[in-house]
Amino acid sequence: MPSPQIDIHHIAKLSRLALSEEEAVQYQGQLNRILGHIDQLSTYQLDAEPSAHAMPIFDVIRPDIARPGFTQEEALSNAPRRAMDQFQIPKVME
Amino acid sequence: MSLANSTIATLRQRLLAKEISPRDIVTDVAKAIDTQNASIGAYLSWDLEKALKEADQADVSQPLGGVPIGIKDNMNVIGEPCTCGSRMLAENYTAPYDAGAIVKMRSAGAVPFGRLNMDEFAMGSSTENSALGVTRNPRDLERIPGGSSGGSAAAVAGNLAIATLGSDTGGSIRQPAALCGCVGLKPTYGRISRYGLVAFASSLDQIGPITKTVEDSAILLNHLCGKDARDSTSLDVEVPDFTSALGKDIKGLRIGLPKEYFISGIHAGVSAAVNAAIKKLEALGAIPVEISLPHTDVGVSTYYIIAPAEASANLARFDGVRYGHRSAAATDLMEHYMMSREEGFGPEVKRRILLGTYVLSSGYYDAYYLKAQRARTLIRQDFEQAFEKVDVIVSPTSPTPAHKLGALKDNPLAAYLEDIFTIPVNLAGLPAISVPCGTALEDGKSLPVGLQIIGKPLDEMTLIRVADAFEKA
Repeated sequence: MPSPQIDIHHIAKLSRLALSEEEAVQYQGQLNRILGHIDQLSTYQLDAEPSAHAMPIFDVIRPDIARPGFTQEEALSNAPRRAMDQFQIPKVME
Repeated sequence: MSLANSTIATLRQRLLAKEISPRDIVTDVAKAIDTQNASIGAYLSWDLEKALKEADQADVSQPLGGVPIGIKDNMNVIGEPCTCGSRMLAENYTAPYDAGAIVKMRSAGAVPFGRLNMDEFAMGSSTENSALGVTRNPRDLERIPGGSSGGSAAAVAGNLAIATLGSDTGGSIRQPAALCGCVGLKPTYGRISRYGLVAFASSLDQIGPITKTVEDSAILLNHLCGKDARDSTSLDVEVPDFTSALGKDIKGLRIGLPKEYFISGIHAGVSAAVNAAIKKLEALGAIPVEISLPHTDVGVSTYYIIAPAEASANLARFDGVRYGHRSAAATDLMEHYMMSREEGFGPEVKRRILLGTYVLSSGYYDAYYLKAQRARTLIRQDFEQAFEKVDVIVSPTSPTPAHKLGALKDNPLAAYLEDIFTIPVNLAGLPAISVPCGTALEDGKSLPVGLQIIGKPLDEMTLIRVADAFEKA
């Protein structure tokens, strides 16, 4: 297992969090301590298939039939900003 | 006496006898909230008018007809807030639909009433991570109620609710129930639809009831379970009548005592209460059997890789576009994402998103996430082997009684380690219940202790049978 030393600025960017410098220092210390504990896993012989779920259900499918969903108004009802019946975001292209 | 102090079972009898009406119950619960919520802080919001209207329309002949149920603030109820204890959703979110569990409950006549405080996005074990208010333990107002379903447990324990729903990802129903002195049941993964439960860690999350008695737990569970086409992980299996497990004896039942769970480090008062509970189960005819769950000590590490990994993916949806907080200061799209999330999320949520992102990031996936998934298999196999020898497994629910507010504030790792007995159950997808088993003395206060009973997959019947026999003895 890699020795835990988080590059907090890189991880914050991947996480899409604009951390303050104070937060970055605090989280770096806390996460390194938590990872130090988690690293105990590397001392174990973990000889087993990985499981993503506890219950053995796979490939759940349903018939490809249209069913009712939200109306446009319902889907937009919680949007912090909307314009012309669409979600509004900051300008992406110049 | 206020009807808020009653159980579902009692209220249902009185409703059928026409001694009381659903309106009387909702009115009494609202009075209890009005007088006590300022000191306990279990509820974040409640809409009395809406509940009274629904109570007046309730069909009393249905199994939960006219019974108000408090809802943890991470389950969507149409027309109501769903804050998840977060600034992210506090300002401007109104649920446009009912969660699957709410649909089930309503179809049995129940009336959802009130939104209960919780650790932000269910991340925590004390409810102190709520961004929206403090919840106190009704047994001692200077102490935490546990968490993350702290509001749900405090409302039941303080008689501010008849019964409530919580959600449990690593112990979040059982631990607050234990710390407040009520009954909390986490069903088998897949028993209850997660549709409309705001996702924290999708492979671990499960909804369940928090109640005053085991009987109420069985009654409510009857009307929460079942396949839901909108949750592909919900199980298409028969739902038995859980109340038929009540009032049965437990003679000859084999009770597993994991030697790894009865370790030093458990609070002396908790240890004494749980040992006395085991003696009581023996006196009722159960047979104690020592078992081993050899991978117990990797449970916490495994959980704190898998749960944050899933959380970091699930919480990516909070991008300030479709719902939730949107930063007013951002000028371009990247800034919009980064600042909306920075402003909307609290410290524990950020910590877990960062941790989850790290363990999934390029170069670390095999070292952390894949390893944790292998450990998860071994933890499940431990239980499978143990259940060849025993019918249920018992342990303390929490190694300590309720801490004082703020005691573990700056030490997240210490707080994580307290989930040691509840976490393996979620990793293995098993059902478990916490029932009150006496008190532990701390600082001159008698604080509630919970006994955790863990069952085989889909064997909630045996859990209820044992818990009910224990409670009545």
